[in-house]
Amino acid sequence: MRDVASILPLSVDAVSFLGSGRALIEDLSFTVPAGGLTVLLGPNGAGKSLTLRLCHGLLTPSEGRIGWAAGAHGRAKRHAMVFQKPIMLRRSVEANITHALAAAGVAGHERRERAHAALARFGLTDRATQAARLLSGGEQQRLAIARAWSLRPELLFLDEPTSQLDPAATRQIEELLAGLVAEGITILMSTHDLGQARRLADRVLFMHRGRLFEDAGAGAFFAGPATPEARAFIAGELIW
Amino acid sequence: MDFAAIFSAAFALIVGLDPTFLTIVGLSLRVTLTAVLVAALIGLPLGAALALARFPGRSVVIVCLNALMGLPPVVAGLFVFLMLSRSGPLGSLGLLFSPAAMIVAQIILVLPIVIALTRQTVEDLWGEYRDHLRSVGLEGVRAIPTLLFDGRFALATVLLAGFGRASAEVGAVLIVGGNIAGYTRTMTTAITLETSKGDLPLALGLGLVLIVLTLAINAIAFGASRIGARYAG
Repeated sequence: MRDVASILPLSVDAVSFLGSGRALIEDLSFTVPAGGLTVLLGPNGAGKSLTLRLCHGLLTPSEGRIGWAAGAHGRAKRHAMVFQKPIMLRRSVEANITHALAAAGVAGHERRERAHAALARFGLTDRATQAARLLSGGEQQRLAIARAWSLRPELLFLDEPTSQLDPAATRQIEELLAGLVAEGITILMSTHDLGQARRLADRVLFMHRGRLFEDAGAGAFFAGPATPEARAFIAGELIW
Repeated sequence: MDFAAIFSAAFALIVGLDPTFLTIVGLSLRVTLTAVLVAALIGLPLGAALALARFPGRSVVIVCLNALMGLPPVVAGLFVFLMLSRSGPLGSLGLLFSPAAMIVAQIILVLPIVIALTRQTVEDLWGEYRDHLRSVGLEGVRAIPTLLFDGRFALATVLLAGFGRASAEVGAVLIVGGNIAGYTRTMTTAITLETSKGDLPLALGLGLVLIVLTLAINAIAFGASRIGARYAG
């Protein structure tokens, strides 16, 4: 499956992003090597979502640069993104996946095979012909992840993927994500949910007001955050 | 002639499939359907492109298109007449007072509706889909097929609105078609003429067909949005 040189590590180098005259992201630097699940943690408005969009290429940094491993400048984009609110095309469940594959330039017969594999992998086979927009919220997010997975990304960005879901659906998505990591897919996801970060993260990037405050292994971060801001966030009393 | 007699004569024309009557209905449908088809082929992609494009003067274009949706048919007819008349720039084509001229005039009436409403529909859809489509690499022109397909139910209603406008208008087809019996006489121009002549059964029969047509269009539009809601959510 990994027939080409890896695009990882992703390196974010002194990136700033200005929006309506003020810095929404300021001097952000970190790298994402292959493997594991990294959580972008922080309160609402910390710039987590913007960071993911910058990394995925939906936004262009005002300053600094986002780089991939040397030789990663192929046509095929090997990172995919899942959004907070699942964006479902007005088509069947299966067509949502084949559409993304077609956009990526996958040939017709292979699209169907890969879509079927994705549906089976994420337990959506019996939903294949249903209208995607009539699925439940949890199923929609599962389809969004299946759709991203079918593109065979090395790195998957997820922007608060469970913030609109009930606890059962949240748990299901979390299990799926753990499975993807076990499969070798690198994940960078944002969340403001501490419990979720504790359950999933291998590494935590703690952001606040557009800046990166901490970059630590999950164990170390939750055992003893180095900055007062992170301590306050964990204690549930971060004032912003 | 009393009212009941007019009605029964009108029904006789419809039920008896009177040849004159059928010629008129057939020509009307041919002209309007052709105009809507051409307007759709031009207007759907153009409206979608306008939804996605950002250029100086875009707002002016949008306002002008919205205004053109209310273009009086007689003015469109006059414009086409000037273009196609003997001394006009396209006079050598010899199209004036032919069904082709009527089709051109109706395209001019329908096209702004198709472009303006498509622009609105596609722009709304793009707002919803933007992140995902850009994520999978569909931007600009490459996003248009997806947006038109996913807007299919709303766009069907747009085309029906165009059909409604074209099938109901008199002014444009009268000016450029000339209301020639058996050649350029449509339902609306025939109603105008027959009413002034006093042949009320034919006028009423055609009027009934027009009303049924309008009713059918609205039923289809309603059905399309219903199916759209059920299938596409």
